[in-house]
Formats: sequence, C-alpha cells, structure tokens
Amino acid sequence: MSSAVKAVLTKPIIAENPITMQILGICSSLAVTTSLNVAVVMCVALTVVTGFSNFFISLVRNYMPSSIRIIIQMAIISALVIAVDQLLQAFAYEISKQLSVFVGLIITNCIVMGRAEAFAMKNPPVVSFMDGIGNGLGYSIILLLLATIRELFGSGSLFGMEILPLVANGGWYQPNGLMLLAPSAFFIIGFVIWIVRTKRTEQMEKSEFRLAAHTIQEAAH
Amino acid sequence: MGLRNILDDMAPQFAKGGRHEKWYALYEAVDTFFYSPGQVTVSGSHVRDGVDLKRIMITVWLAAMPAMFYGIYNVGYQATSAMSNLGLTSTGDWHAFWIELFSSYNPASVWDCFWYGAVYYVPIYAVVFIVGGFWEVLFATVRKHEINEGFFVTSILFSLIVPPDLPLWQAALGITFGVVVAKELFGGTGKNFLNPALAGRAFLFFAYAPQMSGDAAWTAVDGFSGATTLGQLASHGLPAVSMATGQELTWLDAFIGREQGSIGETSTLAILFGATILLVTKIAAWRTMLGVFLGMVVFSTFLNVIGSDTNQLFALPWYWHFVLGGFAFGMVFMATDPVSSAMTNTGKWIYGAMIGFMAVMIRVMNPAYPEGMMLAILFANLFAPLIDNMVVRANIKRRVARNGV
Repeated sequence: MSSAVKAVLTKPIIAENPITMQILGICSSLAVTTSLNVAVVMCVALTVVTGFSNFFISLVRNYMPSSIRIIIQMAIISALVIAVDQLLQAFAYEISKQLSVFVGLIITNCIVMGRAEAFAMKNPPVVSFMDGIGNGLGYSIILLLLATIRELFGSGSLFGMEILPLVANGGWYQPNGLMLLAPSAFFIIGFVIWIVRTKRTEQMEKSEFRLAAHTIQEAAH
Repeated sequence: MGLRNILDDMAPQFAKGGRHEKWYALYEAVDTFFYSPGQVTVSGSHVRDGVDLKRIMITVWLAAMPAMFYGIYNVGYQATSAMSNLGLTSTGDWHAFWIELFSSYNPASVWDCFWYGAVYYVPIYAVVFIVGGFWEVLFATVRKHEINEGFFVTSILFSLIVPPDLPLWQAALGITFGVVVAKELFGGTGKNFLNPALAGRAFLFFAYAPQMSGDAAWTAVDGFSGATTLGQLASHGLPAVSMATGQELTWLDAFIGREQGSIGETSTLAILFGATILLVTKIAAWRTMLGVFLGMVVFSTFLNVIGSDTNQLFALPWYWHFVLGGFAFGMVFMATDPVSSAMTNTGKWIYGAMIGFMAVMIRVMNPAYPEGMMLAILFANLFAPLIDNMVVRANIKRRVARNGV
C-alpha cells in the first residue's frame, strides 16, 4: 500500500473521525447503540455501503453532469443500501427487525453522502474505496464504544450476555435507565470528543470571544 | 487580626511560582470565605453594588434553611407514622443504630421525628457536599478558576429535592452529573445554561426511575408504599388524597407540608419564609417568582374552565397546584437562579410565566410525569438566552423607531 492510500484509510479513524471531528452520522449513532449486536451489524452495513458507493461514484465521476450529480449519487447509494437491507432480511432477520428503519436511512447518512461528494468526486476509484472503508471504520469505532458503554451500564450485559448481574435477577447492579435513552449517546459522544481534543489539541476550535479580565489580578494571570 | 496575618503569611506560597501554586484555588476560597476580596473591578462593568457573589450565594443558602429543617422533621414524621401504622419497631438497617442511639420511633415527639429525619438527611447532604466539592475543587485547580460559593447553594438545593430514601451512591452520581456536566463543562459558575442541581436531579430521574419516582421512594421506610400527593392525584383525583398515615390530606396540611415528597419541597410555608428573605434582600428576582406564580394561576384556571371527564387533574384549582410537589420550591429557589434564568426585566416575566405554564401543562397533560416542575424549569432554562435576546432586540427596535434614525 502506498502511503497515500494508507493515509486515507487510517486518518478517519481518529484524526479526522467522521463522528467526533466532523460531527456527522449522529442520528444513527444515537439510535442503534443500545446493544452491541445491533451496533456491529450497523457498522458493517455502513462501512460496506460507504466503501462501495465511493468506488462506483468515483468510477462514473467523469461522466456525470454536475447539475444532476446528487441524483446519480443517491441512486447508487440507494441501490447499495437496498442490497444490504435485503441481505440482512435474508440472513439476519431478527437483527434487521431491530435495526428497522435505520438501514434504510443509511441512504441519507451524512457520512456516505459527504464522502461521495467530498472525496469520490475528485479521486480515482481504488483510493475512494479505501477512503470509504476508512470512514466506515472511524464511524464503527465510535459506535462500538458507545454501544459497549450503553449496553454494559444500561442493561448490565455485552452482546446480550450478562456481565453485571442485575438487581432484578438477584444480583447487585442497578441498571442506569438513562443509558437506554438516546440522550445518553449525546453525553458519551461529548465526553469522547472532550478526551480526543484534550489529546489532539489541533482539533480544538478557537474561542469565538474572550471575556475581559474582571480584576487586575485576573488580568495578570 | 490574627487570621488575616496568617493568611497573608501563607499567600506567597500559593502565588505564581510559589511552592503550593497548584493549590491556589483552595487558598483563595478560604481567604475569601473569611474576608471580602481586596480587588476591584477594572473594566467593562456598569453595576455597582455592595453585595458580591459570595454574599449572594450564602444568603440563598441561609434562605433554604427553614425548608431544610422542616424537611428533616417531616421525613421523620412521615416515616415514623408509617412505621407505627405498619407495626414496625425498627428500620432494620444501619440507620437504626443511629436512630436508636438518641431517640425512639414516636411520631408524636418532635425530637424523635427530627432525629430520624436527620439520620436520613445528613448522610445525603454530606455525600452531596463532599463529592460535589471534590469536583468543584478539581476543576478549579486544573482550570485555574475560583472555587465558588455557588456550590453551597447547588449542594443544599440538590439535597433538598431528592427523595429521603435515595441510595447514597445515587446522590453522589447525581451531584457529579450536575456539577461536572451541567456546570463545569460549560466553564463553571456564571456560564452554566442549566440549573446544576436540577440537571443532577433530572439525571437521576431518568437513570434510576424506581428510586426517584413511583410509590416506594417517598417515605424513608423499607417496604412502605405511598405515592406523592401529586402521584395520587394523577391516579385518583382530589378526594382520594391521603397522608402516609392514611388520613385525608387537607389544603392546610399540604401548605404546612405534612405530606410525602422530596425532602425539602413539602412545606410551602417554610419555603415562603425563605422567599421572604430572598425578596427583602433583593437577591431573588420578584418578577421571576411572580411570573411563575401567575403563569400557573392563569393556566390552571383555564384548565379548570375547560374541564375534562377522563383527566381528574384538569379540575385541580391553582391553590392546590401551589402547595403540591416541587412547585413552591422550584418557584423560589430554582427559577430565580440568576445564572440560568432570564436577565432582562421583561424577560423575567416571560421566563417565569413559561415555567408556570409548563409545570401545570406537564402535571396535568402527562400523567407519567406528575412532578412537572423540574422539567418545566429545565425547559425554560434553555429558552432564557433566547428570551433575553428577543427582549433586547425589541428594545433596540423601539428606540430606533422612536428616534427615527
């Protein structure tokens, strides 16, 4: 692998993570992360779709009239999503029922659309494919982290297996009901962004304004 | 002035470059707790007032005392009455040791009730204070801002709006969420857009619903089941309301606070004592308080007029809304939080009315959340900056029109 290809594959995992850096794909990361099983399937589905949509869009990028490019991109992405959805219904029916509308909503997932428009339209197919997979992996890492935390503390289990015995089943762990509600994912994503930006200060945004010092002593600090 | 000299002698060690530079925030907190700070404002401030943030916060803290002392008594009174009804002779956990050390379980004895309540309340307050204080000091030290007396207020208010039966580790989690997420992450005192105490309670409310709502939480006796007055109203309507003892609850009982509920919220009378202190010292905004009250009165009267065959709460008159649940406590101590409420005078009216309206709305329209005050205030907190913005813009527009620029 050349270093350029490697870069597009690895950069989106932390440095340019679609969720923590670009704040994309938030809706699905709130919705499908209450259990790890579902999150894993969602990650695979999204990674595959992003990779192949980038690949095919990049293939036809020079033949697309710019005025109708969004429609063509949508058509390609929808075809892929429908294929994934049908595969899931055929081979993982239970999980596909739990994912319900969210597989279909990959069509409008900001990450897929964003990569198609920002990367695949300007780069050759193989690099675009790698970029799609890389962004899918970046999305997956955050999703799996969220799902691990939410399932562990919300239901005391991982992949449906009991890790912390619940009070209801005679154990000691009192499940945290907030973890099963969507807002908890917001909080956790917020904390993850906090940690990432503390380590990588280049991601920090500049303050929009600075409060004036209130006292002479404060000004000296 | 011995203490002043001691503090001054220590000062160089905590100053920049000193040996204990890291602990400056703690030194500063102790110093300013005892003495008014010597520095004066240098720029950008147009308000001159003899009172500073510390005195404001400590006054609020004092104003919460009547509600706290009555709350302690009431926790004991409710619990001991329920126990004598159930025929229990001991709480049967670690509380029992402390209770039996100095008193018995006689609901008629003020001391017994007070001591029982104190054995439940003091650990909650201690945990809230220590855990919340730890986060406050940690952030002050790392981010180099001052430790603020606002935390005295947050801690006492938080401990007064939780159920007496709350497990202590949940109290610790709740105040952690309130202080860290609702306040410090946004820059500390003065920059929090939500009321930290209420945000902490909301966290517990959604995370640990069995301990924060329903029937088992409100009386500090294991195995006793009794909903708060609002909870009973939501399911049965006004005539069926009863106290922990099983007697009917009159309006006067509710006003004085002889009912189950969160520790400090039951007695509207004690809360009004606190309100008087806050209003006389001009620390709380009377516009906000009156706005909340009028919003509630107008909307509940409106609902009385509409009426409903299926929802009993429609018929609840405003003077009942006023004395039940967290309404009075929220109106006096939570809605008037100077940081998270609206700042402009017109804005305070709008903000207050919004809380009163939403509290009744949630109580009446959504039987799943009979205690609507918490959510109503948090909701209005979110709108406070917007309300202020609109008021300021309207003012600018009016003045431009008047002067014909």
